[in-house]
Amino acid sequence: MGSISVSCLLVLSLLLHTAHADDINVAVASNFTAPMKEIASLFEHASGHKVRLSFGASGKFYAQIKHGAPFHLFFSADQQKPAQLEREELIVPGSRFTYAVGQLALWSAQEGFIKANPDRLLALQFNKLAIANPKLAPYGVAAIDVLEHLALIDRTKSRWVHGENIAQTYQFVSTGNADLGFVALSQIMKEGRLKAGSSWIIPEALYTPIKQDAVLLRSGEDSPAAQALLRFMKTEQAEAIMQSYGYKPLARTQ
Amino acid sequence: MSFSEADLTAIWLTLRLATTVTLLLLLIGTPIAWWLARTQSVWKAPVAAIVALPLILPPTVLGFYLLIAMGPHGFFGQFTQSLGLGTLPFTFWGLVVASIFYSMPFVVQPIQNAMEAIGERPLEVAATLRAGPLDRFFSVVLPLAKPGFITASILGFAHTVGEFGIILMIGGNIPGETRVISVQIYDHVEALEFMQAHALSGAMLLFSFSVLLALYWLQRKQKIALLN
Repeated sequence: MGSISVSCLLVLSLLLHTAHADDINVAVASNFTAPMKEIASLFEHASGHKVRLSFGASGKFYAQIKHGAPFHLFFSADQQKPAQLEREELIVPGSRFTYAVGQLALWSAQEGFIKANPDRLLALQFNKLAIANPKLAPYGVAAIDVLEHLALIDRTKSRWVHGENIAQTYQFVSTGNADLGFVALSQIMKEGRLKAGSSWIIPEALYTPIKQDAVLLRSGEDSPAAQALLRFMKTEQAEAIMQSYGYKPLARTQ
Repeated sequence: MSFSEADLTAIWLTLRLATTVTLLLLLIGTPIAWWLARTQSVWKAPVAAIVALPLILPPTVLGFYLLIAMGPHGFFGQFTQSLGLGTLPFTFWGLVVASIFYSMPFVVQPIQNAMEAIGERPLEVAATLRAGPLDRFFSVVLPLAKPGFITASILGFAHTVGEFGIILMIGGNIPGETRVISVQIYDHVEALEFMQAHALSGAMLLFSFSVLLALYWLQRKQKIALLN
């Protein structure tokens, strides 16, 4: 008799759990890949919800969302695309907010190739300079900003190679095919430390801040999981993870 | 339909790439096809499999390996560096090397099929007339396999024009050097410039259809000629 009631309880709790647990699809800009994986896994443990992450270029996600892609949340690499979705009434009104401010770094896969300054760039001592395509990627726009400030556009242009997004730009540098590249600090940093190679973290004065916005999409309107994840992004736990990957804490920037 | 200057640069680059690759592939592919058509070796199956690999491998796999192999630490990259050529990714010749791998089966297989169809008889006849092996190859095999060469050239050229994934991975999107039509279209679509994307995509569709149409017409004509 006792064992029956125990199993009834078990079945009941399983039913309750699945009734509350919710699957959500989340589109995430490439630069935010590493922190988002960590944040999502913490969130899954804490809430019991299941998060399916897709990583890619923000522009691609924007086009896909416009054409009915089944995402509940969108974490863009910029502010323009979420704002555009808002104007097109594809998001839940008032859900747009800045979740992170990205930092740009000049990076080489070789130890000691660059010091914490732009000297090697200015001396043109490198074969190729990898930059995310500025037409498509906000980190590419920021990189062009920096080169403009250093008056290096014309002198380095013949050595540019464009990555389709910031992930591919990183790949060009990490395989050694480009000596240098402008990447997201989040790609080369872990637990507050440079993972490999050498880098120059670019001073904020040299480029417009890379504010990254997230939105709750129409299809996520009735999803408690999507709303819970948005709330979770604003917790200290989530912010600590973002900071450990080199994103600036939001309190300082707003 | 109107093309911007960047579009025209991409079109010209693509045609230059496809022509270079097709010519080189005819040179490299012919001896491979001949060997595959004639050999009884146990190596026939593995070589044929390697040639056919790009038919089923995703371009991302090829692109990934090529990026590493042709990079400064890869074996091919160290070879090109030792020749004083530097490394190949992000260059026109890097795309040529990648495309040779990628379009190889489209050139080798039609030539091989045509050569196999010739059979032993014409070669034996030529041999009794005292034609040496080279003579037999040039005056018997090549003319008889002509339809195979035409099919191979058309398919090799068209397949290189339509290449995208590998080029995106090793090209670096440099105007006039590695930004081919397919990459240019991709950029237009990603930047939401749908009008320009339409113009180039329409042109590609028309080109691909015409190529295949020409190919099938040609094959039909040959069949009719054979029947008569």
